[in-house]
Amino acid sequence: MRFLAFLLRRIVGIAAVMIGVSVITFAISHVVPADPAVAALGDHATDAQIAAFRAEYHLDRPLPEQYATYVVGIVHGDLGKSIRTRRAVADDLADSFPATLELSFAALAVSLLVGIPAGIWSAIYRGRWPDVIVRIAALAGGSLPVFWLGLIVIGLGYYQLGWFPGGGRLDTFVPPPPTRTGLYVIDSLLAFDIDALRSSLIHLVLPSLTLGYFSTAVIARMTRSSMLEVLGQDYMRTARAKGLAERIVVVRHGLRNALIPTVTIIGLTFGSLLSGAVLTETIFSWPGLGRYATASAISLDFPAVLGVTLLAAIVYPVANLAVDVAYYWLDPRIQRG
Amino acid sequence: MAEAFTATGRLRSARLVARAPILRSRLNVVALALIAVFALCAIFAPLIAPYDPLMQALGSRLQPPSLEHWLGTDQLGRDIFSRLLYGTRISLLIGVVVVASAGIFGTFVGLIAGYAGGLVDEALMRLTEVFLAFPALILAMAIAGALGPSLTNAIIALAAVTWAIYARLARGQILALRRREFVEAARGIGASQLRIILRHLLPNAIAPLMVQASFDMGSVIIAAAGLSFIGFGAQPPTPEWGVMISEGRNFISTEPWLSLFPGLAILLAVGSFNLLGDGLRDAFDPRLSRSD
Repeated sequence: MRFLAFLLRRIVGIAAVMIGVSVITFAISHVVPADPAVAALGDHATDAQIAAFRAEYHLDRPLPEQYATYVVGIVHGDLGKSIRTRRAVADDLADSFPATLELSFAALAVSLLVGIPAGIWSAIYRGRWPDVIVRIAALAGGSLPVFWLGLIVIGLGYYQLGWFPGGGRLDTFVPPPPTRTGLYVIDSLLAFDIDALRSSLIHLVLPSLTLGYFSTAVIARMTRSSMLEVLGQDYMRTARAKGLAERIVVVRHGLRNALIPTVTIIGLTFGSLLSGAVLTETIFSWPGLGRYATASAISLDFPAVLGVTLLAAIVYPVANLAVDVAYYWLDPRIQRG
Repeated sequence: MAEAFTATGRLRSARLVARAPILRSRLNVVALALIAVFALCAIFAPLIAPYDPLMQALGSRLQPPSLEHWLGTDQLGRDIFSRLLYGTRISLLIGVVVVASAGIFGTFVGLIAGYAGGLVDEALMRLTEVFLAFPALILAMAIAGALGPSLTNAIIALAAVTWAIYARLARGQILALRRREFVEAARGIGASQLRIILRHLLPNAIAPLMVQASFDMGSVIIAAAGLSFIGFGAQPPTPEWGVMISEGRNFISTEPWLSLFPGLAILLAVGSFNLLGDGLRDAFDPRLSRSD
């Protein structure tokens, strides 16, 4: 019961934030000094063409009315029509979001698979060279520009070694698997399409390493400090005293407790993955939300920019909510209140 | 007299070094030294730079690093070292302007929310939450795109996405401080609200804000370069680090130094500010540093 109340309170909170988000995104895109009609039609458009364009996109209506139309549309799943692609923004987002989601999940997997063991290793060997290596790598991870790392990774993995493709989601001659989730790895698994699976996995390597480095650093640092805290606890000494092997002490008694703060970080990391995806997708020609956002913002395609911003702003609180729910189940102390 | 004064001064500065927890760690000293070097490069760029950062010399384009051009030349024959030095100016300037304006504005909002409480607090904090919900780069891109791509607009966009965290931090500090004895005492002797906020609350709330500012210097430098990289910030031929990396993009397989050096400059600058942030945090709150 308490859990339901907690969930309900969080959902109402998210809805309130969403209203604010829609007001701000709407304000940004409608206080533009540049004229979206001219941007879309070009400098040589006639007055009649511009007027028709304004009418089509409701730009000739008063601002409050435009906002009301926009909100009513959102509620009905209608985010307007993209000026650049001439398609419904909701359709564009539905097409590009799975690509971003797949890349973000892959990056998250990299950060968990590398970050958690690195953090543990660093904590166990505190003050010695493994610790120094992990801490320097983590510091670099927090200080590297993702777009630069992407270029270096392409330079090495694609141009120098030739091991991985330099961009895109699939090889040119590999047809995409039948769409079920939009995530190529999952879809090709579901369709038993080995070619598409191999191609989609190999295309994920460089962009997910690039995007995942920052969160790997964050997770490694978090795991290290919570592991250090746990390693000094009395129950760890007790476990050792009763003769358990060090590996079991560390994994069963240490890691399980040390991972709780790491789970919290995962939610926060998801937000940073989305920001990082904008730049990573630009470099790796990854047809996701980030590339769509960049192209839309450059061409002053405000319905598209509004749509992306809105979706991005929903993902972050929802990811955090999912983490809070996971946290609730993971840590019995919270349930007892 | 003068000698005694100097001796006392020296003694005081020695004590200051011994007492300042930030200077106890070698890493912090390295970070401060690097930041000082970057600041000096920024200030004295015209004196240090061997070439004009905009001067094109098509005859010596795409030269690898040599004694003549320490870090090589770019596709227009411009000296990369000189461009990097001038780039330090732009990146540090963006960092300082964005962090200072966002920090001051956010702190002001947080002070008002924390001190006023009630409906004002509720409204301001909801607004803060809305800004924190956006992934920073996407919102910055939307703002910079709407205002038109330029360095000034990138600064405005980055300040708009940075202030909210200061509001939240400052409010938290004020809530923790406002019932403390020294604030009650100031109120008791009839100090004005403005005086209580500025003289008693703010100085005691400043530590976590300084830590945040140090980390933000790093993230703003990266974000500004990122905006420039995708075309929403500084525009070519400005010698900005993000622009330089973007321009070197097409030469990554053959002349990697075009992008390599500006990236390393960002890594060093941001790494220094992040290290300083760690150091400040540990110095202000020793409990956090126990695990390090």
